[in-house]
Amino acid sequence: MKKFLRAVFLVDLIEGLWVTFRNQKPSLIYTEQYPAERPKVAERYRGAPRLNINPDNGETLCIACNLCALACPERLIVVTSERNEETRRKELTTFTYDTSRCMFCGLCEDACPVDALELTQDFELATYTREGQIWDRQMLEEGPRPTQYTH
Amino acid sequence: MPDVTFLDANELVLNMGPQHPSTHGVLRVILKLDGEKVLGCECVIGYLHRGVEKIAENRTWMQFAPYVDRMDYVAAVSNGLGYCLAVEKLMSVEAPPRAQAVRVILTELNRITSHLLWLGTHALDIGAITPVFYCFREREEALKIFENYCGARLTTHAFRIGGLQYETYDTFEKEVLAFCDMFPAKVDEYEELLTGNRIWLGRTRGVGILTAEDCKDFGVTGPVLRASGVEWDLRKAQPYSGYEKYDFAIPTGRNGDTFDRYIVRIQEMRQSLRIIRQAVEGLPTGPIMGKVPKVMKPPVGECYVSIEAPKGELGYFVVSDNSTQPYRVRVRPPSFVNLQALDRMCRGSLIADVVAIIGTIDIVLGEVDR
Repeated sequence: MKKFLRAVFLVDLIEGLWVTFRNQKPSLIYTEQYPAERPKVAERYRGAPRLNINPDNGETLCIACNLCALACPERLIVVTSERNEETRRKELTTFTYDTSRCMFCGLCEDACPVDALELTQDFELATYTREGQIWDRQMLEEGPRPTQYTH
Repeated sequence: MPDVTFLDANELVLNMGPQHPSTHGVLRVILKLDGEKVLGCECVIGYLHRGVEKIAENRTWMQFAPYVDRMDYVAAVSNGLGYCLAVEKLMSVEAPPRAQAVRVILTELNRITSHLLWLGTHALDIGAITPVFYCFREREEALKIFENYCGARLTTHAFRIGGLQYETYDTFEKEVLAFCDMFPAKVDEYEELLTGNRIWLGRTRGVGILTAEDCKDFGVTGPVLRASGVEWDLRKAQPYSGYEKYDFAIPTGRNGDTFDRYIVRIQEMRQSLRIIRQAVEGLPTGPIMGKVPKVMKPPVGECYVSIEAPKGELGYFVVSDNSTQPYRVRVRPPSFVNLQALDRMCRGSLIADVVAIIGTIDIVLGEVDR
């Protein structure tokens, strides 16, 4: 009789649905609606590389010491520099970073003695060409263009 | 000579994989079948070979560390720990106590994430879809701790030779303890879904039995060995990184079947939580990096260091010729050795059980092929 009443009033179904509804709490939802909702990555996230510039005078912080290029396991950083005859210091001319081969291990930023090279929180590195993955000094200083989504 | 027709042929050779959703990657298994019954099987590996050991010979000691993460990519932290310990032993340095404690916390968290991934996919192979969502939900919490700590979720590169690169962040202890508080109820939830489930019992109990003698013969380690009743855990047998300070039990099974291996791994997750809690509560202060020169040149010599990775004994054999680069690095991956036992476990079972048996060994092909 009890079993019959349970069946008539759909008790089992409601119990099952209660479990489903209990998991609808917003704090329990893990799916991110990606392009609409941006994931919040950690502060230490190792993403797109950036070559920092001095905010006061706009000059690069890089001293062209080549330590990042030596630390890189994939040898994808190429630093060139020339000697300034007036100040007798090495000055950075070009800095090339091949993000297509980068595995974001963070050894280059560990090696940098002046915190010029940094891996940032930017994680959108997709491009349409392979050449586009090789970042030059300007790209590294200004950062990739912000992605516009139209949907 | 009697006429032979194809009906007389009682042995059918069937390829399973390399593109098969249940072989956990690119494993090819050549099955010899008599109808539904498996007469024997042979594994073909090498589809994911990247030559990691050879790469090591062309990198400096420091530079090779990120590559070991890519062998067993679901337990990257354990791989990193094994490599760092091996090179530290070669250079006779030791990580400071604080670094050791943080290493233990992260490797045990990694053991949990590895077992969660295993549980989810193994249940999925057998036909239970729900656990995979539940497991990935909790795995996400642990991966967030990794991301906050070192900036990557999967291929973490969390440890450096001689200690740690990153100091823990402000809310590290709080987040890890919150995970410890939240997680036991979730393990109960998985057990509720699976342990008493009749379909689960039917698919796992008595399937893929491996006796303790077989395990020893094949060199099988890890949860597969412990499920056969052998109480062997390198964390107890030859403690490393300060494991002797923590109080935990070694869960063992009795029958050595798929169900016992499931129970052992579930219990291991609970034991890992105990270790994490003890490590966080007794987290010492102090430096995180030992005295390691910038340019590493370990003295001429060789050493073998093994740790208890989530899948079994993970060993690193490193040889140095006093140069900046390793002369040779040889990895003893647990998955590769455990996979040998597949033939013994499959023999006589049904073809549907092969999927369950591959899942229960918990292999990662990145580690099998290296």
